[in-house]
Amino acid sequence: MIIELGHFLLALALSLSIFQFLLPAVGVKFNSYSMMKSTSIIAYMSFILVLFSFASLVYAYITSDFSVSLVAKNSHSLKPLLYKISGVWGNHEGSLLLWVLILTFYSAAVAILGRRLPLKLLSLVLSCQGLIAAAFISFILFTSNPFVRIFFPNAEGEGFNPILQDFGLAIHPPFLYLGYVGLSVTFSFSIAALLVGKVDTIWVKWVRPWTLIAWVFLTIGIALGSWWAYRELGWGGWWFWDPVENASFMPWLAATALLHSSIVAEKRDTLKAWTILLAIIAFSFCLLGTFIVRSGVLVSVHAFASDPSRGLYILLLLVFFTGGGLALFAKRAPYLKSGSLFKPLSREGALVINNIIFASAAATVLLGTLYPIFIDAINNSKVSVGPPYFEAVFIPLMVPAILLCAFSPMLSWKRAIMDNIIERIIAVFICTLFLASLIIIIYGGSASAFLGLFLAFWLICGTLYEFLIKVGVKSSFKTFTQRALNLPRSAYGMSIAHIGVAVFIIGATVSSAWRIDIEKPIILGEKIIVKDIELTFKGIKKVEGPNWNADRGEFEIIKSSGAKYLLYPERRFYPASEVNTSEPAIMSGIFSDLYVVLGESLQEEDSYAFRIYYSPFISWIWFGIMLMAMGGILSLSDRKHRLGYGLKKV
Amino acid sequence: MKNKLKYFYSYVPLIIFSILVLFFARQLILKEDPSELPSALLDEKFPSITLSRLADYELFSNKNLMDTDNPSLVNIWSSWCVPCKVEHEFLMRMREEHNIIIYGINYKDNKEDALKVLDLNDNPFYAIGVDQDGMQSINLGVYGVPETFIIDRSGNIRYRHVGPILEYDMEKIILPIIIKIKQEKL
Repeated sequence: MIIELGHFLLALALSLSIFQFLLPAVGVKFNSYSMMKSTSIIAYMSFILVLFSFASLVYAYITSDFSVSLVAKNSHSLKPLLYKISGVWGNHEGSLLLWVLILTFYSAAVAILGRRLPLKLLSLVLSCQGLIAAAFISFILFTSNPFVRIFFPNAEGEGFNPILQDFGLAIHPPFLYLGYVGLSVTFSFSIAALLVGKVDTIWVKWVRPWTLIAWVFLTIGIALGSWWAYRELGWGGWWFWDPVENASFMPWLAATALLHSSIVAEKRDTLKAWTILLAIIAFSFCLLGTFIVRSGVLVSVHAFASDPSRGLYILLLLVFFTGGGLALFAKRAPYLKSGSLFKPLSREGALVINNIIFASAAATVLLGTLYPIFIDAINNSKVSVGPPYFEAVFIPLMVPAILLCAFSPMLSWKRAIMDNIIERIIAVFICTLFLASLIIIIYGGSASAFLGLFLAFWLICGTLYEFLIKVGVKSSFKTFTQRALNLPRSAYGMSIAHIGVAVFIIGATVSSAWRIDIEKPIILGEKIIVKDIELTFKGIKKVEGPNWNADRGEFEIIKSSGAKYLLYPERRFYPASEVNTSEPAIMSGIFSDLYVVLGESLQEEDSYAFRIYYSPFISWIWFGIMLMAMGGILSLSDRKHRLGYGLKKV
Repeated sequence: MKNKLKYFYSYVPLIIFSILVLFFARQLILKEDPSELPSALLDEKFPSITLSRLADYELFSNKNLMDTDNPSLVNIWSSWCVPCKVEHEFLMRMREEHNIIIYGINYKDNKEDALKVLDLNDNPFYAIGVDQDGMQSINLGVYGVPETFIIDRSGNIRYRHVGPILEYDMEKIILPIIIKIKQEKL
């Protein structure tokens, strides 16, 4: 009964969304105040309807109602509660419902926080959001209905892909979607600006924080996905350039560019058309990502639920929203007033280069991801693009971006003076060269390790130096602290995010340059020494989990400090889906991770194939990404960047 | 003049996007299933390819497919390919539980990485050939890794599977075709 109610509420939400699209559009056309004013209420209502509809599906999962087809296919009564709930979005239908839930949530948030926005702008934004919601809800109802019953239910569900039974992955889609869908807000704002025909201060003041919040969620979402791949796939890798990974990375690159161009738009009242274009592109990448993941046009390990007929619908959505957005842009953008001018050597100039690099990077990833489709279409031959392409093209693109990133915050707006900059660059360069060389001399390492470390130190030194300049190096301690405290939070946010990039680069560089792999059969009681760590293989036990049973190996780890740890790598078997998975045991530390994977039992007695990876600094990868996200959050807490700009303080 | 250019530039994103859409639409409509075999190769002899040896492993060549007793699988894999890691377990099961002969083509890979995968994971392959630059696999129309071909007892390609072989693919697609081939008279 509850499921039918959920279905009904979703259908109701569809008609409300259509109403949310039409009412303000008509209101704007005829300049009707009451029509425009009541749009917000519709936005709240459709959020509440979708929320209840979503809750009904969650309820079906929690109570293991296997008469619901989706629950029967994707859940199992023995699954732990957390994974029952995360199972709701662990499949195509449910994840789309989550998408729509977040979309209507954002619309409601814009309606609440945007009470002081010019009514016409707010109405157009909500109208556009309503149209997106209507399109996606009808997609759910007509092609991917999660509320379908089966007439002869089994007593037990079919479980779901056990690789997905992981905490990081359980919360990965909600974060990713909060990011994806957050970009719909900036998209709607851009469409509204193009329709109104002007980009004013309040528009820019809105777009920047909303881009930032979407970017923060997207960053966290990608980090969680990569963290999952690291812990669960059992190969010690953390990024595979898989089409589905790229699908989340392209919007991130576009959002990063948008984030930086919106700074210029806000501070200097220029680059407005470009900012609008980027906002349209960023959201298009989200739709494109959905298309790639769901349509099966590209082969991917993550394509657990792909279906070409759904692909066609998503392609139509993509054509409608992106094509429509870009057509509107083409028609209206030339009429937007262009803003103030600036010299190439200036903060604006540096941010423009940042934008060019990030846009090229997104295009590069797009090209690599879609290359198999292009080549197939052009000369009917088939190729595949692997990490070699992405590494060869992406890394060189990012090098100038990092070099620029360190000192562009030091440049002044409008026009910077070369002499001041040169002096600073030289100081940072010497410092960086010294640090990077020192490490390479002590620990040895390849040219690429040197390059990575150089970039990271360059960014850290540059950022710290810029901070010192801002607060004044030669001032007394008292003025120093006072100035430091008076710096806006957004300044700290930027510095922390940039340091986060550096920390990430250190993690990526060091973990690949100084990684140690040991892959061999290990006999019971055998001792292995990796660096200063001693591992002893103590034994294998059979254990039972809620919906799996496993062989669990036991390793005793003794560090040089004398500290003892135990690690338990497992090979699990899930009877419901007859799948084996390997659960690596990871001892994570600040300076190194020890990663132990239990392989097959070998013919000789008491001997098992083991893989042991020692990866120094690998946790810095996610630590760095989290620093970036924290920088974003700190910046959002700045008074100037509140999400509800224009609202009086309550 | 300058103004006219400005109008033109603003159309550039739309034009690029339209071209992209054409490609997508083609992929989606003309070839609904990217895993479908180009018809030219179906029921044809496995094309002649020259592969190089991977360390001490038995070298896979066209000769292997002359075996008229058993059908076989040719699996294209790479150490950098994540789906390959997922399907590995099923290749092992097919070898161990169903005694299916599987040949491996190591595609655009680094030799050391490839060796590592085999060492620690048990080797599902009867023989292996290396296609370092991917040129040989082009003859097969390889779209991406992993891909698997079913070869019948006359050395003809009977089926092509794109993407990882998972439980369902193994039970419902690959094994039935193998059984069917075994029942055929030569």
